[in-house]
Amino acid sequence: MTARFTMDETQPRLLDETAQGVIHEPMDRPEGRLKVTGCARYAAEHVLEGMAEGVLVRARVGRGRVSCADEEAVRAMPGVLGVYSDSRMLQVPAHGGAGTAPAQGPDEVRYFGQPVALVVAETPQQARHAAEALQVTYEEEPGDFDPDAAGTVDRPDKRALDQGDLDQAMAGAHRTVDVTCTTAPQHAAAMEPHAAVAVWEGDRLTLHGTLQMLKHNRAELADALGVAEEQVRILSPHVGGGFGSKLGISAESVAAALAARALGRPVRVVMSRQQVFETTTHRTATRQRIRLAADADGRLTAIGHEDRVYNLPGNAFSEPTAQSTHFLYAGENRRMAQEVARVNRACTGAVRAPGEAVGMLALEGAMDEMAEALGLDPIAFRKRNIPQRHPETGQPYSARALAGCMDDGARRFGWEARDPRPAQRREGEWWIGIGMAAAARVNLVSPSRARVTLREDGSALVETDMTDIGTGTYAILNQIAAEMLGLSPARVEVRLGDTDLPPASGSGGSMGASSAGSSVFVACRALRKTVAGRLGCHEHELTLKDGTATCANRRARLHELAASGALSEEGEFRPGTTKKQVSQASYGAFFAEVAVNGVTGETRVRRMDGTFAAGRILNEKTARSQCQGGMIWGIGAALTEEMVFDPRDGHVVNRDLAGYHIPVNADAPPIGVTFLEERDDHACPIQSKGVGELGISGAGAAILNAIYNATGLRLRDYPVRPEAILSDT
Amino acid sequence: MEITLTVNGRAQALELDPRTTLLDALRDHLQLTGTKKGCDHGQCGACTILLNGRRINACLTLAAMHEADEIATIEGLAPPDDPGALQAAFLHHDGFQCGYCTPGQIVSATGMLEEARAGWPSHVSPNLEAEVALDRSEVAERMSGNLCRCAAYTGIVEAILETAEQERDVEPREAAE
Ligand code: FES
Ligand code: FES
Repeated sequence: MTARFTMDETQPRLLDETAQGVIHEPMDRPEGRLKVTGCARYAAEHVLEGMAEGVLVRARVGRGRVSCADEEAVRAMPGVLGVYSDSRMLQVPAHGGAGTAPAQGPDEVRYFGQPVALVVAETPQQARHAAEALQVTYEEEPGDFDPDAAGTVDRPDKRALDQGDLDQAMAGAHRTVDVTCTTAPQHAAAMEPHAAVAVWEGDRLTLHGTLQMLKHNRAELADALGVAEEQVRILSPHVGGGFGSKLGISAESVAAALAARALGRPVRVVMSRQQVFETTTHRTATRQRIRLAADADGRLTAIGHEDRVYNLPGNAFSEPTAQSTHFLYAGENRRMAQEVARVNRACTGAVRAPGEAVGMLALEGAMDEMAEALGLDPIAFRKRNIPQRHPETGQPYSARALAGCMDDGARRFGWEARDPRPAQRREGEWWIGIGMAAAARVNLVSPSRARVTLREDGSALVETDMTDIGTGTYAILNQIAAEMLGLSPARVEVRLGDTDLPPASGSGGSMGASSAGSSVFVACRALRKTVAGRLGCHEHELTLKDGTATCANRRARLHELAASGALSEEGEFRPGTTKKQVSQASYGAFFAEVAVNGVTGETRVRRMDGTFAAGRILNEKTARSQCQGGMIWGIGAALTEEMVFDPRDGHVVNRDLAGYHIPVNADAPPIGVTFLEERDDHACPIQSKGVGELGISGAGAAILNAIYNATGLRLRDYPVRPEAILSDT
Repeated sequence: MEITLTVNGRAQALELDPRTTLLDALRDHLQLTGTKKGCDHGQCGACTILLNGRRINACLTLAAMHEADEIATIEGLAPPDDPGALQAAFLHHDGFQCGYCTPGQIVSATGMLEEARAGWPSHVSPNLEAEVALDRSEVAERMSGNLCRCAAYTGIVEAILETAEQERDVEPREAAE
């Protein structure tokens, strides 16, 4: 049976009433043993009988058409089975949640590195050799490679807001800030490269993939191949990181499926690290102008946030840079606007916290500047500008502990010891400073389904096509079911990552835990009702603990109640009107201490703290890891991460992990993470909100604000390179 | 070409393209997929194995060069149903998220602990001659060849330090026995 629930009104906090006591606990990941012993199998590790190996061939021009590929020469090479440039092959990855195929047709080249063919051979060595040897000639066409000079610039209406009169407010303000901040293009660079193993049985395709949102991916793949969705099954039980880059299908899935069909053999296609950088989605560079106006009491009267981003022509996605600026601070005069430059670079898309990850850097830097201009403590200034109601829509807020997070973080970090005057602390060559920034990330939920079965032996099985990309899905779905059904987590099995199972939200936008978690909750709530019915009592009287159901003076073991046949319920969660009634977001505060070397210009983050409030925390351990990871991403954004594109042809210059610098272990300082106790009744029936992206949303700004405190240098270009420090000292 | 590789104590004859890296031989020919490929260029450490007890990147060497060597992979550290102390510590301290870099981290840490025991200094060691005292910064420095994009570094360091401490506590007792 299916239990449907739409979030139209707040729900009782059932997870605070249940007796098992496992929700929120810092439980170890149930799939963790597979991961630490090397037994967890990722997509490329399905080595199938008779499998052939495919290697994608990359375009070596920035824009043009393939005029000729010398396939004959390559076909004659040892082991080569075929060269494919089917018109169904993808030019770009699908946008997250698209559910339809993205642009297809490998003959038209729209950016350097775009896949133009697939070479398949018996072994990976042969395929790679042949792919390198394939001579492709192009009719080159002029392209637009520089976002600042692009010929076509779109101004999406959905990003434009003009409320009150920003110019007048600026002109009449007690203090103003008008600054421009830039952020570099960034790549998700998940450790597992994109990979697919495709195998057909008759006209049914099974694809071992590494993807984040399987129900959408299945629809995208079917659409791209021109087959029915029912013919496609995707398996993705373990995903070696996604961070947005695996939201939609990419070239390898379609290419593997097409070649496997043509050859009648399983085909594996694994992207090289270089191809991951060149042809999967990355985060746009941004140029952001922030304007703030404040009165003599330190109250904001105006906020302007205008930005310029880029994407390929015709691609609908644009980074929602000002996303949290809309709701975070007061100010009656507001202007937001966006320019999207159309350039021939690999497609941009969602990378961890699209919008806030870069928008909060600009906003929180400007807030620091305004606090100083007003002579106010940065925390006091922010607290003074927390609005009563959404300053644009007038909505009230759901649970919002921004002030509490700043106060808690300040206490833990020792904020009161900060000297607000810059460049006051020195240790040898090093200038020491501390800084803070607010954290905010919109809260999203989306439709999700899961089946929960109470088996004859009294254990439970949770099944959904939800993914665990490192986020802790296996743990939290287990804990929700264990808590609701009164079982020890060892008695709950969670199966994920298979499109044969009920379709979930997928992992993306920090919505997975609340959405998929709520579907499990809804299914379990229905099971509790059935159990209560079998005991002859009302569900409100029911207590489930350690496999025993108790109500009034009746008592039974769960396996006795399920003895006549397993009880199974499918739960369906849908977002409802509470989404519109209130403004929902997760909040927090970052604190950082940096040491900046006056001789070399190097910046080291010495310690970092974050206090967060994201509704109910479902697993304190995995949530903490998510926040720590996000904060370390913040360090990368602040100090090292930058994709470099050649202005002549748009190719990615630093297309590997030696050239693109993600933080290493020695870059990560001790990081403290604290969660404030919170329930967000408007978010979902389990009162949780998103946590996976919160830890990055503003983190880098705390570091640049600390650099200012250390050195007196107000830097606004991310990442901060040593030369930026040295050129100003 | 035909070669024999000794992996986790077992000698196995293989028929390989001479261009096959040691990493591909392990993953594709021996189905030892615990050793991961993150970059194939020696830049990430996901493919770390022990070669005669020392940690190396398996993607940077050809299988054909290792007929006479003892190779140990994550699968050889402990049986799947009975993780060793380091593996248990990674689990408990959540020293991973997606798990993709994890076998490389654990094998690398195994080799690193041995290097520290043997007194090898690192870039952050205050004294090149003295015994190595592993602390947070030593571990972070010595583990910086293993990238983790999930950035589970806090848990990784805690797990390794805890394991190193346990070993220190055990060793003197063993010596006394
Ligand atoms: S795969 Fe060998 S170092 Fe990255
Ligand atoms: S656990 Fe995901 S890369 Fe390290």
